[in-house]
Amino acid sequence: MNDFLTNSIVLEVKQLSYFRNEEKIFGPIDFSLNGGKALLITGDNGSGKTTLLRVLSGLLRAQSGEIIASKSGQTYSDLSHACAYLAHKPGHKSELSCVENLEYLQIIFDQVKPELIEPALNKVGLSGYEDTPAKQLSAGQNKRLGLARLLLSQSPCWLLDEPYANLDLQGIELVNRLIQEHTECGGAVLLTTHGAYAAPAVPCQTLVLANVRTDR
Amino acid sequence: MANQSALSLFTAQCRRDLRLSLRRRGDIAQPILFAIMVITLFTLATSAEPKKLAELAPGIIWVAILLSSLLSLDAIYRSDFEDGSLEQMLMAPAPLALLIGARILVHWLSAVMPLVVLTPLFAQMLFLPSNLLAPLMISLVVGTPLISLVGAVIAALTVGIRHSGMLLALLALPLYVPILVFGAGAVVAASQGFAWLGAISLLGAGLVIAIVLAPVAAAAAIKISLT
Repeated sequence: MNDFLTNSIVLEVKQLSYFRNEEKIFGPIDFSLNGGKALLITGDNGSGKTTLLRVLSGLLRAQSGEIIASKSGQTYSDLSHACAYLAHKPGHKSELSCVENLEYLQIIFDQVKPELIEPALNKVGLSGYEDTPAKQLSAGQNKRLGLARLLLSQSPCWLLDEPYANLDLQGIELVNRLIQEHTECGGAVLLTTHGAYAAPAVPCQTLVLANVRTDR
Repeated sequence: MANQSALSLFTAQCRRDLRLSLRRRGDIAQPILFAIMVITLFTLATSAEPKKLAELAPGIIWVAILLSSLLSLDAIYRSDFEDGSLEQMLMAPAPLALLIGARILVHWLSAVMPLVVLTPLFAQMLFLPSNLLAPLMISLVVGTPLISLVGAVIAALTVGIRHSGMLLALLALPLYVPILVFGAGAVVAASQGFAWLGAISLLGAGLVIAIVLAPVAAAAAIKISLT
């Protein structure tokens, strides 16, 4: 399933900072992350963890600094093609069933492999919920559906924004297991957490974001 | 885009959005009820004289449909914005303009087309002479998609703003004025025995331009408002 990861991804971030309305949100940050590793981004509320992930996903454009994502010597022209992003928002429609949601996402992400949907749902513990509309799922199960989307995205770099939120103990274990499998296949994982949960059992780097905003 | 043809992306988006609107049937009923309300209240508030009503009918029907589509404009992207689907669409390698184009088409089909289909009924309620029904229907068939396309661009500009209804209306109304003038004007011209196809042709020209440009403009506007 993860043959695309034989050559692992390298993510390099140099002097990256982001401003919103002239107000600095974070930065300057430097780090480099190789496939096979996870980067744990910690920091207080408002220190710019989510913003950093959104910048890395290509949804926001940073004003200074550069981000280079490359795989086997090839640089990605568009960051969003290297990354899959799991945010606070579910990213799927509540009226559609799990399978319908994943089928649609596979098409727009150009990864049409319908035979992978069933195993992915099994893996995240949603077997039996294939035809259940997402609005009938609990918050934790919606998160699991988001994890299934990550599995199907085949993206080398996962950006997880508070992946443990809303999850039960098995869910937390599941996230850690998925992260472990993904890194073992050469993928990179960046996750934010406010530190209350155990880190996944993979080679981990830590990036602590300081609150750079001046007090008002 | 390696494997997916533009057509299969377009149909996938249409399929998703049609499913969504079928599962939220209440949203389909809302614009219809609104238009019926406007038309009914109008007849009650003015005289019930068939001759006077017939004179006003094209204008009333056009305004009712225009306002009702303005009401549903906000819904084009709101749910996709709130549940993060819009972010996924932005990140996807699929061209956003194509997905948005499909989104606008389905919005027109579910929120505006039912009103066009019901227009003969509205015309009956307002005693519109039967020879004017054809010009009215044609003007609506050409004009309402234009309303949806123009509206979609404006809605895209306000997508990240909470309570954007006021702003949306302020921005949309000036752009809707020419559509209304040509659309309702064609029917009035027909009622006075003048040539009316000219105005329709102009609307048609606008529609062709909008079909090409509006999805691209809306996609660009979404990118701006989300970043």
